[in-house]
Amino acid sequence: MTASSPRAPFTLAGAVTGARLALPLLPGIIVFATAFGAAASQKGLDVWQTMALSAFVFAGAAQMVALEIWRDSWTVASAVGVTMLTMTINARMILMGAAIQPWMAGTPKTASAVTLFLLTDASWLVGMRHRAGGGNDVAVLTGSGVTLWVTWVAATLPGYLAGAFVENPEAFGLDLVMPVFFAAMLAPLWRGVGPAVPWAVAGIVALAVQQLFEGYIFIIVGALAGAATGALRRDRS
Amino acid sequence: MTVLEEAFASPAGSYLTIFMMVVVTYFCRASGVVFMSRLRIRPWIERALRALPGSIVVATILPIAAQSGPAAFAGIAAAMATMAATRLEIAAIAVGLACVAAMRALGF
Repeated sequence: MTASSPRAPFTLAGAVTGARLALPLLPGIIVFATAFGAAASQKGLDVWQTMALSAFVFAGAAQMVALEIWRDSWTVASAVGVTMLTMTINARMILMGAAIQPWMAGTPKTASAVTLFLLTDASWLVGMRHRAGGGNDVAVLTGSGVTLWVTWVAATLPGYLAGAFVENPEAFGLDLVMPVFFAAMLAPLWRGVGPAVPWAVAGIVALAVQQLFEGYIFIIVGALAGAATGALRRDRS
Repeated sequence: MTVLEEAFASPAGSYLTIFMMVVVTYFCRASGVVFMSRLRIRPWIERALRALPGSIVVATILPIAAQSGPAAFAGIAAAMATMAATRLEIAAIAVGLACVAAMRALGF
């Protein structure tokens, strides 16, 4: 497709720039992936399931939460439940994609398909910063995405193995790796009391739903209640 | 049992589930770029999606902490405080887990 607007370049040099810009983010990614691997072994996943989640879902928050409702034997209903949970958690990516759409319009189909498979919060941030600074090469997204993917997959394995070796995980708090990590993620998201009002609604609704219903439906209902509160609020950000 | 239920109950069920997660995740990744050339995100949808990440975190950790008891609350609070102070994930996790371990060792 030859768009009327000039097509953004997609070059190897851009990919290398993206990889370089992703380097400062790697320590955080390594810690997150290791925590996921350890949590997965605590929840009884085998090493192939754990690696498949990291390699193909490649979305840390969704992977972590999915572990909470993971099971040895599946039904259609429980699989649909995890899928809906995954969709809820990853819905934010729709917004990320919409933000880079004008930039990616005209990028060849295969390059787009690969770049979007690798799109995460971290590579999106790298790309947006690069573009805000005057850059235009779409391969910056791809290069940072590849770097983050390799790191994410590679760091999952030692976490899994370490988690599998611990005899008494509760004594070290390892059964709570997921909530502890999530709690830490809240600090960088903080933008003041106003934008946190939906979070409070999400928490209250989740606690109420937990009392009323079995299972982990409270995550979906609570998160959607928070999103609805956000939609109804007039103030910006 | 239908064929579908049998497939999910079999050892392949985990991989079928992972496959479904992969499909919806890719849909989320691609749809913003693929559909936004035709649609536009209305302001209320944007506000809802912006409120979503923090809402997911709180809706996940509060009930789990409520179920696990005071050690979990202490660990979560310690992790948040450490993250706010240092911005280092590894420090936040280490302090959070150490706090849980200490509380449990003390019998909470």
